[in-house]
Amino acid sequence: MARETEDPGMAKASKVKRQRKKKTKENKTRTVHANLLYDNAKGEENPNRHYANNKIKTTKYTVLSFLPKNLFEQFHRFANVYFVFIALLNFVPVVNAFQPELALAPVVFILSVTAIKDLWEDYRRHRSDKEINHMDCLVYSRAERSYVEKYWKEVRVGDFIRLRCNEILPADVLLLSSSDPDRLCHIETATLDGETNLKQRQVVRSFFDLDCDFDPIKYNSIIECEKPNNDLNRFRGYIIHRSGRRDALYKENLLLRGCTIRNTEEAVGIVIYAGHETKAMLNNNGPRYKRSKLERQMNVDVFWCVIILLVMCLFAAVGHGLWMFQYGDKRPVFDVLSPDGTDLSPIMSAIYLFLTMIIVFQVLIPISLFVSIEIVKICQVYFIHQDMELYDEETDSHLQCRALNITEDLGQMQYIFSDKTGTLTENKMVFRRCTVAGVEYSHDANARRLAMYQEMDSEEEECTSHGGTLPRRDSVTSHQTPWSVRLTFTHFSYSVLSADKPSSDLQEKDITPDPQLLDKVNECSSQMDFMRFHSQPMSQLPSDLADVIDFFIALTICNTVVVSSPNQPRQKVQLTSTKSIQSNHLQVNKGSSSSLITNRSSNKGCSSMLSSPSAESTLTKLDEEQPPRDLEHNFGPVLPCYDGKAWNLEEGELRYEAESPDEAALVYAARAYKCSLVGRLPDQVTMELPHLGKLNFELLHTLGFDSTRKRMSVVVRHPLTDQITVYTKGADSVIMDLIKPPDTGSSKGKRQKKIVNRTQNYLNLYAADGLRTLCIAKKIMSKEQYACWLQHHLEAETAIQGREELLFESALRLETNLQLLGATGIEDRLQDGVPETIASLRKAGLQIWVLTGDKQETAVNIAYACKLLDPEEEILTLNEACALFNFTTFEIYPSSSPSSSSSSHTPPFMVHRLGLVIDGRTLAYALDKSLEDKFLAVARSCRSVLCCRSTPLQKSMVVKLVRNKLKVMTLAIGDGANDVSMIQVADVGVGISGQEGMQAVMASDFALPRFRYLQKLLLVHGHWCYSRLANMILYFFYKNAMFVALIFWYQFYCGFSGSAMIDQWYLIFFNLMFSAFPQLITGTLDKDVSAETLQQLPQLYVNGQNSEEYKPYMFWMNMIDAFYQSLVCFFIPYFAYADSDVDLFTWGTPFTTLALFTILVHLGIETKTWTWMNWLSIAFSIALFFTVALCYNASCPTCYSPSNPYWTMQRLLQDPLFYLLCVITPVAALLPRYFYRACQGTLFPSPVQVGRQLDKLPAETCRNILSLSRVKVGSPLSPKPPFLSLAKPSPKGCNIKDQRSFPSSRASIV
Amino acid sequence: MMATSYNAKEEDGHHSGASSHGAAGVVKSKKPDNTAFKQQRLPAWQPILTAGTVLPAFFVIGLIFIPIGIGLYVSSNNIKEFEIDYTGVDISNPCYSCAKNFSWNSTTPCVCSMNFTLEQPFESNVFMYYGLSNFYQNHRRYVKSRDDSQLNGDQSALKNPSKECEPYRTSDGLPIAPCGAIANSLFNDTLELYHIDSNNTRNTIPLVKKGIAWWTDKHVKFRNPGENLTAAFQGTNKPVNWRKPVYELDPSDPDNNGFINEDFIVWMRTAALPTFRKLYRIIQKKSNTTPTLPSGKYVLEITYNYPVLSFDGRKRMILSTISWMGGKNPFLGIAYITVGSICFFLGVVLLIIHHKYDTRSNSADIPN
Repeated sequence: MARETEDPGMAKASKVKRQRKKKTKENKTRTVHANLLYDNAKGEENPNRHYANNKIKTTKYTVLSFLPKNLFEQFHRFANVYFVFIALLNFVPVVNAFQPELALAPVVFILSVTAIKDLWEDYRRHRSDKEINHMDCLVYSRAERSYVEKYWKEVRVGDFIRLRCNEILPADVLLLSSSDPDRLCHIETATLDGETNLKQRQVVRSFFDLDCDFDPIKYNSIIECEKPNNDLNRFRGYIIHRSGRRDALYKENLLLRGCTIRNTEEAVGIVIYAGHETKAMLNNNGPRYKRSKLERQMNVDVFWCVIILLVMCLFAAVGHGLWMFQYGDKRPVFDVLSPDGTDLSPIMSAIYLFLTMIIVFQVLIPISLFVSIEIVKICQVYFIHQDMELYDEETDSHLQCRALNITEDLGQMQYIFSDKTGTLTENKMVFRRCTVAGVEYSHDANARRLAMYQEMDSEEEECTSHGGTLPRRDSVTSHQTPWSVRLTFTHFSYSVLSADKPSSDLQEKDITPDPQLLDKVNECSSQMDFMRFHSQPMSQLPSDLADVIDFFIALTICNTVVVSSPNQPRQKVQLTSTKSIQSNHLQVNKGSSSSLITNRSSNKGCSSMLSSPSAESTLTKLDEEQPPRDLEHNFGPVLPCYDGKAWNLEEGELRYEAESPDEAALVYAARAYKCSLVGRLPDQVTMELPHLGKLNFELLHTLGFDSTRKRMSVVVRHPLTDQITVYTKGADSVIMDLIKPPDTGSSKGKRQKKIVNRTQNYLNLYAADGLRTLCIAKKIMSKEQYACWLQHHLEAETAIQGREELLFESALRLETNLQLLGATGIEDRLQDGVPETIASLRKAGLQIWVLTGDKQETAVNIAYACKLLDPEEEILTLNEACALFNFTTFEIYPSSSPSSSSSSHTPPFMVHRLGLVIDGRTLAYALDKSLEDKFLAVARSCRSVLCCRSTPLQKSMVVKLVRNKLKVMTLAIGDGANDVSMIQVADVGVGISGQEGMQAVMASDFALPRFRYLQKLLLVHGHWCYSRLANMILYFFYKNAMFVALIFWYQFYCGFSGSAMIDQWYLIFFNLMFSAFPQLITGTLDKDVSAETLQQLPQLYVNGQNSEEYKPYMFWMNMIDAFYQSLVCFFIPYFAYADSDVDLFTWGTPFTTLALFTILVHLGIETKTWTWMNWLSIAFSIALFFTVALCYNASCPTCYSPSNPYWTMQRLLQDPLFYLLCVITPVAALLPRYFYRACQGTLFPSPVQVGRQLDKLPAETCRNILSLSRVKVGSPLSPKPPFLSLAKPSPKGCNIKDQRSFPSSRASIV
Repeated sequence: MMATSYNAKEEDGHHSGASSHGAAGVVKSKKPDNTAFKQQRLPAWQPILTAGTVLPAFFVIGLIFIPIGIGLYVSSNNIKEFEIDYTGVDISNPCYSCAKNFSWNSTTPCVCSMNFTLEQPFESNVFMYYGLSNFYQNHRRYVKSRDDSQLNGDQSALKNPSKECEPYRTSDGLPIAPCGAIANSLFNDTLELYHIDSNNTRNTIPLVKKGIAWWTDKHVKFRNPGENLTAAFQGTNKPVNWRKPVYELDPSDPDNNGFINEDFIVWMRTAALPTFRKLYRIIQKKSNTTPTLPSGKYVLEITYNYPVLSFDGRKRMILSTISWMGGKNPFLGIAYITVGSICFFLGVVLLIIHHKYDTRSNSADIPN
């Protein structure tokens, strides 16, 4: 023992040195030593000291740094700097307009509101950090020689941690030991990627055969691995043992922070990454900030406001100069000298005045607008979150707004780019048809049953809707720590749903087998049973039957499905292992989760030495001519179970957890044919076949699915034939290329050829039906071949540089010369309401493009199914065939296409009857710089565009192209990792929190549970958010301009001296307090049209697309109105008090009141729905003003220089003139607007107004009107708005804008 | 006609987790509450602005405003007002010579008198104003140039006036009381009014000089620094343009002297517009039988101290009675009548529009 401790001590020094050298040389790797060795050494000596500890701190500020840091951040916003500048300007005596301290008030107010918001957010983060940091875990302590409880934050890199079942991992841990006999550890990664299936993790190979408890003291290896990064699916490195041997480390060895340990009683690991360096934390990006279109437009107008401000100031300055000039040298008594008694020249005082005026007119740049917009957006997000109709009961998830500041963009979308799988479709795969050895089995019964289910679905929806999530939660609730609460995005359990939801999910499990095929399976297996019994070689089996059985074997084992039983949802079905044949009883664990059965064989000694890695052992196993472990042994223990009913029962309860839903669909399909997957271990798969009972396939290798290869393979040792067999399944296009070219000479070869041809035919047929197709193939290898391949493969696996490519090549070597077994057709059902949603979105003038990676036929069929393509439409297909001649295709398109040649004469809508289908390779040409304009021109003249076989990059390129070239607002919606780039490129990215994990959601601005919610999100919430914000912004501009102009007019009567008749307090708090609340309420709650009508009349969405609520000219109209109103508000009191003994501030106070009333009534005219909140806010505003004014005017007789408004308000309230003014001025000021609105409502109502009128009708009248052939809107005078032509809904319902844009597009084609 | 639609407020249909299959812990569903507020279904009044719905409003406004306007106009017309300009711009003006020769530095007062005739007798109390034109009392720097604490009798402010008073803060090293440009430019003409009766004798009309300032100004805002004014203002200097110190403004009445001199207080309330009037004296009604100012000839005797010609100013004396709505100003009455008429007219226009073009909305609006 002493030696051991000493030894590493010595090694330490050199290692540290080496590590230091490494650090300076290349910083690409991280070296982790066990902390135990350095326990006694001070921090200085610990080689791991450079790595982040496990204490997380997501807060931005500390108590000390809060103020400076927060201020610094806030001053990044230009507006804040501007306002501070103005406030500081007030401290210059020559130019000051207000009391300097008072002038600071607005800025301080705005800054402090933002700071308080930030502080609160930070505090919340701090609290949750604290909770997480103080969670417990077991860390090995050298002093105690055992695992002791420590807080998470005390965990350091290099610590050994013991994890128990259902515990959450505190850091990224390399798995060194597991109580599982197979050295596995299951983790649930729902908090990371939302995938709820269990993932298997393996103990590091070198520790694989360690059979006694892992002893941290004896650990003395060094781990070299890559630097912390945020790729959840990558971990590379190697472990260096004392012996100098290196072993590769994979992501399968790494347990990620935030995951939950399942099915494993105990696991021990060493911390590799801690705290902020864990992959989970590196993946944890905050919300995204984008600038919306409306805000960009607003900023232009803010800029205009600045210009107006400068013009006004300049005007006043020049005026003041002239005014001074006219007096010449005779300075009048009222023109006060500068404080030091010197005379100011007119020019100098004009310059000073310019600055003063900027201060006085500062309100024109709406300081509170930015804050108000933020507040309103937060409220809007809150309401969107709260919408019940956007809540999906099945998954207990609702819409999430991840980007908080682009809600209004939702109302202005013009193009939607949608993924297909998982977005339009459910991504719940149902096995529908298959073809085996060239024979088609159509599974008609299945189709019939599906239809039946669909009917049932609708009826049962209500009663079954809630059950989905509960059983699983039982097991989880007790472990719902803050951590999981925080990181939980959507608890969506694919497998649980399929088990507990009787309605739609039954379909994928319950497949009615095709009787013909079932017979064949039975026949085949009985024959095999017979043959086995008589020890005949299996190769004598007729080839078609052999294909059938191989087909099902492939379906069953060629996957990564994990088997579990629903009673104990996360309990693995414990299976017999080949190691312990004696205790070889099938044990379905019925105990509680903690009492996991450990049927570890006792005969193996407790070896502390590291055993050789299993890969090597596999090789050696292969080499030794191991007599096939006699079949008796393999099946013996299971046979009794087979005929027992008990087993059947249990079999029914088996559940499969698959990474992708089509895998599960295939496994369930195979089970329908009594070929069920019973258990999976890292080195063995157990399946059960009729007559044959349980078969154990020794799993030699799994080459997982990836999107470049588009296939996966397993290499197994077939228990019956003892041959090494490769089963491959994958996309037909890929597999077909890998099929062994049949040698046409033999009959077998002919048969093969026939099979291939037939299968190809059926595949086309399936695709035409909109089914997803997969090909199943196999290959038999000789041992030598395999050994050779394995050698190469192992080399590839242990390589650190270029491992991916090597592995890819290695896989390629394996997956060649395959023998086609058959193909499957899986249906991916459309999500509920997809056709309806697409129809109404299209009516709303949105162009919908579908970008999918699927093949053309499937995509086209789905497009037809979801009404994206219309049978009446002419479809223009650009695919690989014409890809080479692509360039010319575009050139000749107008003349070659019959419809377009006629289109030059027919009305433009004819062109909209075109649908464009383009495939990936052609798309690559089309996206070329020289062709993209033509491509866009063609695409724009088509009603729908379908891009199939497109790569993620192409998807994003298409979106970018459309966005940049057409200058339109784009929305991308998708659910998978392949949609991420497109989601990020689009103006608004929407993720579907569905089956394929959370990557799309993480990248998105909005996350929806279902596609159909897009309809309400866009048509209702988008419309509302847009019209609310647009109106609020316009109102803000108006309000400020109107108020400031009052002072501007006054300059004509005070010698342009920068004097303000309005008390500076009112001036400054008018915006911040008196008039702030009603507009916030209106901006948050106003509904121009009800949700129902908006959904029934999607045409109203055009309103937002064309930015009709806030057109550039509207800003100027509002400005003109503001100037008119301020003229009225100024000159009525002016003439009413002309040549009277009124003093400055007694005259000025009514202005504040009048302006307040006018502004509020103006808001009232623009408010469409009046709830009690509106009334309350207006009443509050007025009450607040008078209360403040009265208190202010009574508070101090000598303060508030220069206005010193003591008792002014009180006296005004006794003056009848004041009331008379307050009545007439708002009326006179708002008369034009009110009149205009009334005329507009009658003479040329906007579509939205018509929608509002429909709103008011009782439901049935409304329905009648909507169902009428043509709703007459507007007066006979006005041109019939094209948007409501309900009679012929489709072609003309299209975006007006597009029709307008047609000529240009056609021009560019021709 | 303004249609109202109150959506029924729906019950709070929050789904509890009670439907769980014997779950141990209560599962908190994320389902949003079904409340009218959260679902944005608050009962609301939704006015739609069309010709049909707003035209009543126009008529109502018209019908209310026109009578008010007429009433205002009449009551304004009942107010009697007389105005006389005594600046002395013309040679014909008796004050011409005074105006010509006068500047702030003159020491000898110049007196001139103007004759005028009142055509109509002034009943009830008559208010006598002096009016200034082109005098920018609202100039930004001018308005600021005062120290309210000093005027409130604050000792420290008296000795050390606010910086705002610069450059009229100190003179000859002593603090100025009252400091600032406003006080410095105090209007110091003296106006006296004589009635010339049938015998051509001049009868002095008694002018009340108290009660012309706001009560709060006189009693709260303005205070003398002490009882004994001379002593209290010891150590201060008079404003540059003043001839006598502040404690000699009205030696006859200690209650009207110093800072609480009402003429001073009135002046300190800076006017809003460059043409303004300030209350100077009140001619109180003597009895019910005789008018306060009977028609006839009058003489206004002016002690001309205040130069305005340098900045093209004008000085006037105004005699006026007042009504409940203040002085004579027909504007508001006319404004009400005009706005009322416009509303009425627009109402008619809307009515026509409504009848000609709004038929559809009638048929559509049946059910309301």
